[in-house]
Amino acid sequence: MIWETLLLAFRAIRRNVLRSSLTILGIVIGVAAVITMVTLGGGATAQVKVEISSLGSNMLSVRPGQWFRGPGGIRTAADDFDIEDAKAIRREVFGLEAVAPTASKVAQAIYGNKNWSTSVIGVTNDYLKVRDLSLLTGREFTEGELRSGKTVCMIGTTVQKEIFGDQPPLGERIRLNRLSCQVIGILESKGQSSFGQDQDDLILIPLRAFQRRIQGDTDIKAIYVSALDGVSTTAVKEEIEKLMRIRRRILPGQDDDFNVFDMQEIVGAMTSTTRVLTALLGAVAAVSLLVGGIGIMNIMLVSVSERTREIGIRLAIGALEREVLLQFLIEAVVLSSFGGLFGIILGLVAAGVGARMLGVPFILNPSIITVSFLFSAAVGVVFGFFPARQAARLDPIEALRHE
Amino acid sequence: MNQDPLSRQNEPPLIALCAVTKVYGAGRIAMHALRGIDLSIAKGEFTAVMGPSGSGKSTCMNILGCLDLPSSGSYRFKGVAVEKLTRDQRARLRRQYLGFVFQGFNLLNRTSALENVELPLIYRRVPARQRHQKAREALAAVGLSGWEGHTPSELSGGQQQRVAIARAMVIEPEVLLADEPTGNLDSATSIEIMELLVSLNLRQKITIVMVTHETEMASYARRIVRFRDGRVETEEHHGGRES
Repeated sequence: MIWETLLLAFRAIRRNVLRSSLTILGIVIGVAAVITMVTLGGGATAQVKVEISSLGSNMLSVRPGQWFRGPGGIRTAADDFDIEDAKAIRREVFGLEAVAPTASKVAQAIYGNKNWSTSVIGVTNDYLKVRDLSLLTGREFTEGELRSGKTVCMIGTTVQKEIFGDQPPLGERIRLNRLSCQVIGILESKGQSSFGQDQDDLILIPLRAFQRRIQGDTDIKAIYVSALDGVSTTAVKEEIEKLMRIRRRILPGQDDDFNVFDMQEIVGAMTSTTRVLTALLGAVAAVSLLVGGIGIMNIMLVSVSERTREIGIRLAIGALEREVLLQFLIEAVVLSSFGGLFGIILGLVAAGVGARMLGVPFILNPSIITVSFLFSAAVGVVFGFFPARQAARLDPIEALRHE
Repeated sequence: MNQDPLSRQNEPPLIALCAVTKVYGAGRIAMHALRGIDLSIAKGEFTAVMGPSGSGKSTCMNILGCLDLPSSGSYRFKGVAVEKLTRDQRARLRRQYLGFVFQGFNLLNRTSALENVELPLIYRRVPARQRHQKAREALAAVGLSGWEGHTPSELSGGQQQRVAIARAMVIEPEVLLADEPTGNLDSATSIEIMELLVSLNLRQKITIVMVTHETEMASYARRIVRFRDGRVETEEHHGGRES
């Protein structure tokens, strides 16, 4: 019976293709809007999350303030950190996985007749842990190398490609400015960051070697910290701030001359922005679906009055009230489901094009597809019910007389 | 075992109208369509209901077809008081026992003859294969083999009425109610349709009640009931033509 009714509905819809298509347009647009926006939004959120977790998801970075308001209102750069600051953080702050003091500088890397300008970072092995880097081949620094400041290095894949080409780089010596440096490891590729930065374009050398041979002093430009799983990064941030204020002798009431950036905070801010946007779009879509539903109700009422005679015949032949009701209800649901289906297809196509244009990943969200399909079907039920009941309650004698 | 030997004779008539009235509207504008009809029709009868327009014959047919309810009086179909049934119960009664043939054919447009005939079977939940089979047989019985795929607009009036008769007969009803079945047909076609009805009545023992205002058509029936002003005026029995 359901099957027959379904066939009947398809036939009735096919008879008025143009009218049916126009009727479902509202639903198509509504659903397409939801699918496009949610898919693009999801892609953008996912991209941000991937990028941030590639930086280290529970990572904090401590940097000196770019500009510090000194005595007399003169703006000067705040003092850099030194290695003792990093040690103090490691010692005093609870719940840390790793603390990585770093300093960096752009330098020319030269091998044979190739040269490449890249960023050279002085680090300890903890840097790999904090930034979630791993080695493709080779090894990390040894304790001895770190302590003595030996000139060995790990290189990113971009550097490898640019100056070594197809040659195996392990054990080779490259020149950094005037410094000769042996390659002991190659880092696994991390790709591009959201800020368009190539994360594989770097050379890591032991911090002490960097300070002595490249930088010329013992300053630390940034300290990266990663919290253990389950430890609140907010609490870690507060503790670091407290500690650094004491160490840098900042009086109560004075502003910090350093910044602690919490990746979780950035993720949170981005997620909540996306959520607000999604909610707004959802509201727009809901209005559009409502309008679409009214369109369906309108056309179903027209259909019922056009087919009064048919309804009369069916009732006379012995159709029950609810069978006629079901027939028109299913017709409305089929109509609106078609709207949903086309809307989903259109939405996915639009999302695909949009994702390519905006450069965000295209992530299929099955739950939103299911929900919008069910919702459009529900629109059919809600707005089809009234016309269907009109049909079912017709008086067969009157209906048969209808011209 | 303890059955009364007279029970067969006491079996209620198929159709029994008792003091049936039908009033449309109320008060001064009340229109009395039926003013007390007593009529009983036995199984296998072929009855023609005649009368001028406004005599109440169509109203009576609607009541017999369980499409309408009497204002007062009682209508028993197979002993069941129809006026006590709900709308859905009357629909079930129609789909089970009653076949309708209308003056205007009332076929579904843009739907093939076969599907039109299948329609009542759908509501009786007959599985598709059996349904096609039965509908084909019914169309063959009215002489329309080979016309299954044609829509009503591609058929002549006589053919359309045959499709309508096939649709009524496909459920093997107890009663065939025909409201002016030849009203839209020319006389030659009318005779064909009447002969078809007579043969259904004789061969398949279908009880037929037919409304008509043409004496010639009524003469095919074995019993003629004449209505006037909402009352049964006269009744006559004869052998019926070609019987």
